[in-house]
Amino acid sequence: MPRPLRDWLSETANGGERFLHARGASVALDDLVHGSSLGGDLAALDGACVLVLTRDQLTAALTLIELDGVARRMILCPADFAREHLPVVIAKAGVDAIVSDEDTRDLRPLGVPLHVTCAPAIAPDPATQPGSRQTEWILFTSGTTGIPKMVVHTLASLTSAIKPRAQRDGRIVWATFYDIRRYGGLQILLRAVLDGGSLVLADTEESIHDHLARLGTHGATHVTGTPSHWRRVLMSPAAHAMAPPYVRLSGEIADQAALDGLHALYPQARIVHAFASTEAGVGFEVADAREGVPASTIETPGNGAKLKIEDGSLRISSPGNASRYLGDGDPPIAAPDGFVDTNDMMELRNGRYYFIGRRGRIVNVGGLKVHPEEVEAVINRHPAVRVSLVHPRRNAITGSVVVADVVLREHLDVKDGAYTEGLRREIVEMCIGELARHKVPAAVRFVPSLTFSASGKLARHYA
Amino acid sequence: MTMKLTIISEMQKVAEEQHKTLVPLSEDLVLLDSGFDSLCFAVLVARLEDKLGFDPFTRGDDGTLPLTVGDLVRIYENAAAVA
Repeated sequence: MPRPLRDWLSETANGGERFLHARGASVALDDLVHGSSLGGDLAALDGACVLVLTRDQLTAALTLIELDGVARRMILCPADFAREHLPVVIAKAGVDAIVSDEDTRDLRPLGVPLHVTCAPAIAPDPATQPGSRQTEWILFTSGTTGIPKMVVHTLASLTSAIKPRAQRDGRIVWATFYDIRRYGGLQILLRAVLDGGSLVLADTEESIHDHLARLGTHGATHVTGTPSHWRRVLMSPAAHAMAPPYVRLSGEIADQAALDGLHALYPQARIVHAFASTEAGVGFEVADAREGVPASTIETPGNGAKLKIEDGSLRISSPGNASRYLGDGDPPIAAPDGFVDTNDMMELRNGRYYFIGRRGRIVNVGGLKVHPEEVEAVINRHPAVRVSLVHPRRNAITGSVVVADVVLREHLDVKDGAYTEGLRREIVEMCIGELARHKVPAAVRFVPSLTFSASGKLARHYA
Repeated sequence: MTMKLTIISEMQKVAEEQHKTLVPLSEDLVLLDSGFDSLCFAVLVARLEDKLGFDPFTRGDDGTLPLTVGDLVRIYENAAAVA
């Protein structure tokens, strides 16, 4: 029987020296050992299926720690969760309680019997003790369209990649640009609880400059985000507000330009990029500061997971795999062989595997395949380029061509026609040198910025 | 710049980038004999779309593809007239 989170909290308590830092409020985690943020309603949630629908990450974090072991099931709604999906989610998951930090009167028509308010503060409650249930943690996939799928985890599957430290170090200050209600962010909340450190939470209302200043103030040591999050850091004058000894990238392909940029920005930092997905869990991590993955890591990831490349895509079998989807007959996530197909396509070159893109995002140019991400990887290597987005454009001759939207490093003047024309040619030349002809972008446009989804990834509206 | 000059200058740029050799371009030159393959034409159409703001071939017209350099120029001129 795995131990509930509150149990971990009491074991890692260090005398009130560890905190959850939100924008404008900090809470001492140890207070939760004999306290509650749920206003005396924790007992009423015993055995319930709880929709955790808070505006702030702090209230969500407190609720999740309190309810693990108590609730039968918790559904984690990230900040951008579309309210129009609530009726379907409530019906499919069998929700009988909502925990929120906002007025929920407008949710009454949904027919959920119990509404509980969570405060961004902990009140003493001597009666509080860890529950003994194996709570199901339900996460939404970060799909772009339609009703997101609900993925079933347990604390055991979510924490399977977290190795216990030989010595707990209360001075570790975790921070993540992710929402902790998504897989990548939740990993960091759980690490902070299990490892005994503090955690600085993100806030969607906050500018990147203010966020970085806050990370500096709290002395963030272990900071995680997607390559897109990190590119925003690289573009911010406030990047030097912090000096983390550990930087981690996951959730998107980490290209060499982003890794090199971070190394130059934080020369003292250990820079690690990792693969994880909501369904498959943590796959591997790479610490040599180079893009791609050594073939030996795929063979022996060393974290209890088994990896293989089959039919071009990465497959993971691990105690970190989610067990099933919720609803519609609860289909299993792993194939009969026990492996979860990530649909992330990899290619072996000189002893290293490289991500080349997603299955299903392939563009067909005159009958030949292009992964937008493999083209972006080449473009992003140009020293003047910050980030690029390659997407298909309809074409009467070949059906489609690929075109590139390119964001330059901020100090470059995009309005200088002769200069940008020269850059455009250089980028096309680089692509011609490294890619098959049909993969070379037919057009390159310089744009001031690209949009990002709420999960911190480059928005690919065309997919 | 006239439409003809715009198209020819763009064709020369594409040819140079794609390492293709163009034969001297005349009105009645059959496009398939120009030294361009289909990918070059696909790239040309995409480039002209960025330059001119329209793609005459994806407007749901009759979908006729040009045979000669002259046809190609006329298709763009006609599209520009209604753009």
